[in-house]
Amino acid sequence: MIPTLPRAGGAHLVVLRNLWVHKGGSPWTMALFSIFEPILYLLAIGVGIGGLVGDVPGVEVPYAVYVAPALLATAMMNSALEETGQSAYAKLAFDRFYHSLIVTPVTVTGAVTGEVLWGMLRALITGTGFLAVIAAFGLVQSPWILLAVPAGLLIGFAFGAASLTFTGYVRGWHDYQYMQLIMLPMFLFATTFYPVTVYPEPVQLLVEALPLYHAIELVRGLALGRLGPSLLLNAAYLIVFGTLFLTWARRRWGRLLTS
Amino acid sequence: MSEALIEATGLEKTYPARNRQGTPFRAVAGVAFRVHRGEAFGFLGPNGAGKSSTMRMLAGVSAPTAGTLRILGLDPVADGRRVRARLGVVPQDDSLDTQLTVEENLLVYGLYFGLSRRAVRTKAGELLAFARLEDKAGERVENLSGGMRRRLTIARALINDPEILLLDEPTTGLDPQARHVLWERLFRLKQDGVTLILTTHYMDEAEQLCDRLVVMDKGLIADGGSPRELIERHVTREVLELRFPPGEHEKIGRELGEQVEVLPDRLLWYADDGEQALARATELGIRPLTALVRRAGLEDVFLRLTGRSLTD
Ligand SMILES: Nc1ncnc2c1ncn2[C@@H]1O[C@H](COP(=O)(O)OP(=O)(O)OP(=O)(O)O)[C@@H](O)[C@H]1O
Ligand SMILES: [Mg+2]
Repeated sequence: MIPTLPRAGGAHLVVLRNLWVHKGGSPWTMALFSIFEPILYLLAIGVGIGGLVGDVPGVEVPYAVYVAPALLATAMMNSALEETGQSAYAKLAFDRFYHSLIVTPVTVTGAVTGEVLWGMLRALITGTGFLAVIAAFGLVQSPWILLAVPAGLLIGFAFGAASLTFTGYVRGWHDYQYMQLIMLPMFLFATTFYPVTVYPEPVQLLVEALPLYHAIELVRGLALGRLGPSLLLNAAYLIVFGTLFLTWARRRWGRLLTS
Repeated sequence: MSEALIEATGLEKTYPARNRQGTPFRAVAGVAFRVHRGEAFGFLGPNGAGKSSTMRMLAGVSAPTAGTLRILGLDPVADGRRVRARLGVVPQDDSLDTQLTVEENLLVYGLYFGLSRRAVRTKAGELLAFARLEDKAGERVENLSGGMRRRLTIARALINDPEILLLDEPTTGLDPQARHVLWERLFRLKQDGVTLILTTHYMDEAEQLCDRLVVMDKGLIADGGSPRELIERHVTREVLELRFPPGEHEKIGRELGEQVEVLPDRLLWYADDGEQALARATELGIRPLTALVRRAGLEDVFLRLTGRSLTD
């Protein structure tokens, strides 16, 4: 009996396996944990500091309304990072999961693509949960916000692919501190809490080069219903960024698993 | 002779240097062998001989650096997926999915082969019985003993009814009883026409299971054949084992010459008649602590070919 080979290198089977592991309701538990932190930020900064700030100049919306979409974008990003970062590393280094995967018809490309897809799915779950929180706080401005979560899949794609590439080079848990070294400043300064116009020109250019800037612009644009062609540019940035890293991840993981 | 399922010629594997100061390492230095359908074929060799490196090339997850390799008439790199769909692989290190239960390990693994859920359920039930793990079906893998994990790994490799089963040290870490059970299972698979390729450090395992085997050392095949052929070719009918107080045996061994092998703890004197050799030793004034005459076996072949005992 020769079964038909799974399509797409078996990427969907990797997603299926991850879902299987989390069956019995734990995706929802995970979603709860993933939105816990952004809720705290929304309360402390959006609502708390927002009370002092009032409306955001140049955008003319209440501060909490301005911050909420950025927290939505970073929450989705973080979910994808979790799955493709330390979680993938544990499976690679300790379980030798991928080593046993690639002796089946699942390919390295299938494994890598599957993990990125899974990161995107996690981002989707988190995004849906946090969108509900935003609605519950009464921070919805425009019906276009419904598209913010699907658009966030691009965030999951871009950051998932990049973090899986990073995981391919990791030598031990401590290396994830380097990732934190990049992620934390990016979270704080990539227009999460204030518009890019507060920076002097050269710094603006720097911030506008960051992937999280484009992630936040995209989600914020949709959430506030400020549509324009620049949103397509933000989306294109994330797609190109993710595609480049996906290619890199495939090559790196190929070398790791099939030396 | 029946169809060759696996054919390797001049097969090499060189690992790239780890860093700039390092040098590339040639783990497999040009080996040739053929395996026929329904055969049990063994790789015997000391640690680092290149057995696992060869097995990983056979599994299609490690590209040969040089030489040719055909499996099931296909190129295991270019046609990797089609080859792997028909292989079962038991790696040297257990790599079970620790986030799943025993039964789920079988089910999910079956899905990777594109099997339907129905087919996989039936097969998983059979394999749990095969591995005698029925009452552990719902257990997490972490809670299994080492031997149980090994059995599960082997059962998992059978989920796709493979034509060829690659077993890298299948019984290392198993207790004697579990090994015998496993041999019986492997023998049954062979009866069913599955081609077995295995590596081992155990002589009795090689003698029991392998129709043919090759002895590997330092990336090369020292010799190959059926266990009986190898014994006839390389060693005498009997062996006289002599033990001495520490430190004495090496000098005595050197004086006795070619037919004597010096091991760290004893001398092996190869002779067609062991008793005669012992009489000769007494004549020469050699006074061992203990002397034992036994039939020569595969272990002796191994010693002759590699100058090392397998348990090094
Ligand atoms: N990925 C790798 N990169 C570099 N060197 C490697 C790699 N894998 C194996 N080697 C080296 O190749 C040699 C052969 O290793 P291999 O695992 O094939 O031996 P083996 O015969 O299976 O030994 P054992 O009986 O200990 O399992 C060893 O010296 C090992 O250090
Ligand atoms: Mg080995």
